Amino acid sequence: MSIARVAEPSGSLQEAKEWGLDREDLLGIYRSLLLTRGVEERGQILYRQGKIPGSFYTGRGNEASAVAVATAMARDDVGTPLHRNMGVHIVRGVEPWRILANYMGRADGPAKGKDGNVHMADQNLGLVAMVSHLPAMLPVAVGCALAFRIREEKRVAVTWFGEGSSARGDAHEGMNFAAVRQLPVVFICDNNGWAYSTPTHLEYAVEHLADRAAAYGFEGVVVDGTDALAVYREAKRAIEKARQGGGPTLIESVTLRMEGHAVHDDASYVPKELFEEWAKRDPIERYRRWLLEHTDFTDEEEDEIVNYVKRHLNEALERAEASPEPDPGTLLEGVYAEPEELDHPHHM
Amino acid sequence: MAEKTYLQAISDGLRLQMRHDKRVFLIGEDIGVYGGAFKVTQGFQEEFGPWRVLDAPLSETAIVGGATGAAMMGLRPVAEMQFADFISCAWDHLVTIAAKQHWRAGTPVPITVRLPSGGGFSGGPFHSQNPESSFAHIPGLKCVCPATPEDAKGLIISAIEDPNPVLFFEHKHLYRRIKGEVPEERYSTPIGVARIHQPGDDVTIVTWGAMVYTAAEAAAKIDDLSVEIIDLRTIMPWDKDAVLASVRKTSKVIVLHEDTRTGGFGAEIAATIAEEAFEHLDAPPKRITAPDTPVPFAPALEEAFLPQVADIVAGLRELASY
Repeated sequence: MSIARVAEPSGSLQEAKEWGLDREDLLGIYRSLLLTRGVEERGQILYRQGKIPGSFYTGRGNEASAVAVATAMARDDVGTPLHRNMGVHIVRGVEPWRILANYMGRADGPAKGKDGNVHMADQNLGLVAMVSHLPAMLPVAVGCALAFRIREEKRVAVTWFGEGSSARGDAHEGMNFAAVRQLPVVFICDNNGWAYSTPTHLEYAVEHLADRAAAYGFEGVVVDGTDALAVYREAKRAIEKARQGGGPTLIESVTLRMEGHAVHDDASYVPKELFEEWAKRDPIERYRRWLLEHTDFTDEEEDEIVNYVKRHLNEALERAEASPEPDPGTLLEGVYAEPEELDHPHHM
Repeated sequence: MAEKTYLQAISDGLRLQMRHDKRVFLIGEDIGVYGGAFKVTQGFQEEFGPWRVLDAPLSETAIVGGATGAAMMGLRPVAEMQFADFISCAWDHLVTIAAKQHWRAGTPVPITVRLPSGGGFSGGPFHSQNPESSFAHIPGLKCVCPATPEDAKGLIISAIEDPNPVLFFEHKHLYRRIKGEVPEERYSTPIGVARIHQPGDDVTIVTWGAMVYTAAEAAAKIDDLSVEIIDLRTIMPWDKDAVLASVRKTSKVIVLHEDTRTGGFGAEIAATIAEEAFEHLDAPPKRITAPDTPVPFAPALEEAFLPQVADIVAGLRELASY
């Protein structure tokens, strides 16, 4: 029996309105979903063309969850997205050309070639760059929330991790400390079924990872991660609760990783039937159908969004490819920060 | 000026910096209500309140990771490890995130991590280590190891004001044993500048932390040898110029540390001397260190582990007669 609350699927247009989404927001979510998938598809093409050094990761199947959570965040909130959460960068306003430049290790990527793939963040947009030691980001987000609490600011930190990351001590320490201090932080566990090649039954033994929230003393929710508006509702609820001093929430967003761990991995260990089953629940198509059923979403509107995304990404690709390689001299720059850098917008 | 212990000096520095800068807060195990395992923060919670002196669960990862996140949001956290040994539990957060975030993402991480370190009182393998060389090896971190009360106060303030992650190694064996004149006001001691503990002409001893006093005791036992003792104060960055200038003057050098030998920071210093002052040397640079073992518990074993006055006297005589 589930200990965590299992969230209802998304409802009517009226419900979306009650949660603060107007028609423009709803169309914006669709645009962000297409941009998210589109930028990763462009990345795959670049990788096959040999233009991306190292490896390449996507969040295919997880687009709706990432976009929905980021949409539920306020401008002043901060997030620590991982490699399945491209949608967070898109919604927060990181320009696709800079993401593509980062994939290629170019000077205009947010990491300026010093780090690759999704190991990037624009701190001016309230994002903290991830590390490969994935659950290490949980305590960092908890620390952001601690700063908000110490300064008595109404801001919230949102942090993402996978079901694989849930097995590490960082996740436990972060969640426990946040609970003890009732910090304004929301934990999003993207349970996509596979930690590289390891299935969930070899990663944890509870029914739902969100059940663990009860053990820390806060609320746990399981939500269908292919249902954008259900994820939005639960994220919004958790974020506003945290903002009002109600402490943390753990949201387990259930999806399937629709590709291998990284581009080199054909995911042959995942049963084919599972891919076929989840392909029918593609989160972007699902959201599109919701728009068609619940709003007077017209062909013209859809064409406009699709064409905008295509045009925008084509321009992004061109601009990213024109971005120069980093100057080798920059290697030695920035190992240590200078005192005047502490005047950064977040350093208030 | 008043005479203060090394421990009081750290405490005074922390207190003055917290009064000076509202962004500074402390986080660690048993530091609030209890005032810290060594009482460095006794009375702090009464003065600054529970949200600036936070008692944390037994979670070094969350303490250092949390400090990192809070620093990114503009605060100036000072995290206390109850013993330096426990920093192993927070290695990932220091080395993977705090040390690299500025270089790869442009985000400064102004955190200070206080590390009560060092042996000499049967703390055993897990309460006596000097892990500074492990962290000096990590680009992006700074390592501070004061020896005197005056420096302890000035360097804790510098560490907090520094825009980078700074590891503050405070030697437990100096806490109450060493007293000295300490200015009353708030002041900072620059990171990366060595001090001459005692000037001399015949042999240089380069050291830091508690070994400064062991070196001085040894030097006092040899009347016919003029020994210059350089207290590095900080090992990352370290004052290469001061060391090379002294070696060029004396032509003979001992690098002394309480940490173990292989890959200890003394190896870096000796290599630099060999590379940059070779033609000034009249003898090979000599290292005096702990042997390559864990720190032992029994007094007889710990005495064999820690560099002793007699070891340094023997080293000085050996170099003198080379």
